[in-house]
Amino acid sequence: MIFPKIKVLKSHGWQYIPDLNAVELTEEFRGRPILTQTADMSDVEAAANMCPTRAITAAPFTLDMGRCLFCGECALRAPHNIRFTNDYKIGSASREGLIVKVGDEQIAFHPEMIREEIPALFSKALKLRQVSAGGDASVEMELNATGNVNFDFGRYGVEFVASPRHADGVVITGPISSNMAEALDICYNSVPDPKIVIVCGSEACSGGLYADSKAVDRRFLERYKVDLWLPGAPTHPMTFIDGVMNMLKLKTR
Amino acid sequence: MIYHITDNEAAAVALKDIPEVDYAALYNDLKERLQDERYHVAHYFATPDGTRLKFYLILLDDSEHKVMLSSFVMEYYEDVALPSLTALHPALHPFEREITELYNVEFDSMPWNKPLRFPFNRRNRNSTMDNYPFYTIEGESLHEVNVGPIHAGIIEPGAFRFVCNGENVLHLEIALGYQHRGSESEFTLTTNRLRQTLLAEGIAGDSAVSHATAYASSIEKLCGCSIGALAIERTIALELERMAMHIADTGALSMDVAYQLGQVACEALRTMTINTTQAWCGNRFGKGLIRPCGTNKPLPHEKIAMIRTNVAEIRRRYNEVIEDIKSSPSLLARFEQCGIVPKAEMQRIGGVGMAARSSGVKRDIRSSHPYAAYASHIKHESIVKQHGDVMSRLMTRCREVLQSADYIEQLLSTYAPSEIARPNYDATLTAEALAFSLVEGWRGEICHVAITNKQGEIATYKIKDPSLHNWLALAIAVRGEGISDFPICNKSFNLSYCGHDL
Repeated sequence: MIFPKIKVLKSHGWQYIPDLNAVELTEEFRGRPILTQTADMSDVEAAANMCPTRAITAAPFTLDMGRCLFCGECALRAPHNIRFTNDYKIGSASREGLIVKVGDEQIAFHPEMIREEIPALFSKALKLRQVSAGGDASVEMELNATGNVNFDFGRYGVEFVASPRHADGVVITGPISSNMAEALDICYNSVPDPKIVIVCGSEACSGGLYADSKAVDRRFLERYKVDLWLPGAPTHPMTFIDGVMNMLKLKTR
Repeated sequence: MIYHITDNEAAAVALKDIPEVDYAALYNDLKERLQDERYHVAHYFATPDGTRLKFYLILLDDSEHKVMLSSFVMEYYEDVALPSLTALHPALHPFEREITELYNVEFDSMPWNKPLRFPFNRRNRNSTMDNYPFYTIEGESLHEVNVGPIHAGIIEPGAFRFVCNGENVLHLEIALGYQHRGSESEFTLTTNRLRQTLLAEGIAGDSAVSHATAYASSIEKLCGCSIGALAIERTIALELERMAMHIADTGALSMDVAYQLGQVACEALRTMTINTTQAWCGNRFGKGLIRPCGTNKPLPHEKIAMIRTNVAEIRRRYNEVIEDIKSSPSLLARFEQCGIVPKAEMQRIGGVGMAARSSGVKRDIRSSHPYAAYASHIKHESIVKQHGDVMSRLMTRCREVLQSADYIEQLLSTYAPSEIARPNYDATLTAEALAFSLVEGWRGEICHVAITNKQGEIATYKIKDPSLHNWLALAIAVRGEGISDFPICNKSFNLSYCGHDL
């Protein structure tokens, strides 16, 4: 019947975000942290001690977003020193770029680290194969969301494909469980050259809570160079979109 | 007495109060008792205890709302085979398989003695993901289809092996373990309770609120703290999670039958639901919201209003999608009479949660073992469907979304924010005690068990996601179906890989 469909369509209206560059997230969202040095750093030391993934060092004062799970507890423990903003532009082409220092006002993307062929070949169409290797399903759902009716990242030609043979690169989620290590390797090797590697989520960036787990095997990251590091727990769709657009030089942060 | 009797709201139980019985006595009792629908096993596991191996069993009595605890021991290297309970009650298969995999305990005449998840600490190191013993059927007209571990979409990994006769599936076997991260061990390797909380949130990221609630309740039972009005806020978070995931799965099912209108409408409605959660706590999946003994994100007046407005709008628009599904014969033709799990079968394999309820098996912790606001403010009536097909599972989801929206409105319309405690990560835990917590996540029954040592530290932590039981239900659902109906059967369950693999 047509009438119920018209009703659904009418209520649905227009859902897509017209300008992905203009998106602002709710104030509550925990994104890029701002660090402030104070004379008394005892709060920071306490926060560093309680941090579940040891993302904070007190001297020198840094916060590694590649480890951070954005629980926000440190900001409550050391309110004068750590504050989380709603800035979702937190991806970087270098692992070091994820380490926030005192006074940093934005995350350095390091575009000079992007191989020239990446924007040259993929800026009009980029097909990715995602591999979950111990991901907890939230990062995976957020990656799915990048192509949904709201974010519609497909408008830039960025899409996920089923076969690695059709892909230009892999997106890895999860700390890389040992039981998935071989499948990940096979998948990566099935992608034709030239190809890219994106690690998505703090657990993929550093192992997160499972960094020391005996069930994890992260040697893949020693063998192959990562082109884009995207922190988050899970990585927000806008973090992914911003990171990939910077990588493709469709924008500069 | 072979059981210590307690309930889902009681405090932790001292280990010395849990009867230590002969396996034979327990076996004989369960042999009879589990024939009655009112009983089922929520957890059954072994854990090293000095030189011994100690087994704990948590049995639920749904009619009397009671939880029955029992235990037995054997020497760590004792070479005796225990008579298998799975042989009588297939529902126990994942528990016995886990015990065998971790401790090499043999179960005599166990009919499905296969690896469960290939954990790093498995006893038999020669048993690896690559040599999972798939069931095979020989025949000239048969062929096998292997799918995975990496699947076509952006989802978690698992290996599916179909035995097919032409287009028809004779048998499906699902091999899991690819997602194993060592979660249970990580809980016991740290005393940092914030770290444990985050581990709980990540057991299955789509059920972050449910698993974190199960963890927090275990800790609260061990430290004897009462959460007061926070119970209502947690219930709202749990129901928001249920709404978001059921809507997501309605969209996923729509996508797989090329019903694009339903798909995009549900994508937008799910976005709206999880953005509501994000506006409350800063994370779309509710991470950061549930903490032991308190919360950092109490609900102020303006957020209550925001949640009520959004939930009412989502309910209205989702209801229109339901009406459209019901009035589209082309959708009904795909969903109805497809992927049937009959009630008797669901009962036998121990299915839980919304999948069980869709087959007429009323398993729902919210009504059988109430907790949080289900114990105080809501008299929960489970939604039960009888056919056990894809349509039933879809309609269960549809009706649960509307019910959750009603519960949220009911709770918030009279809710006055009061002073709510901040989390406490340092409270002293009762030493040598066992605390369990049962939570009805959107998939079904979640059970967490914490056992403390003499120092009051968590020495054993056991987790059960409903997927542990329900993966077998999916395998049964596709028997006799065309292989092209596998995707909608799979999405009608939407089970967790990481929740199973831990």
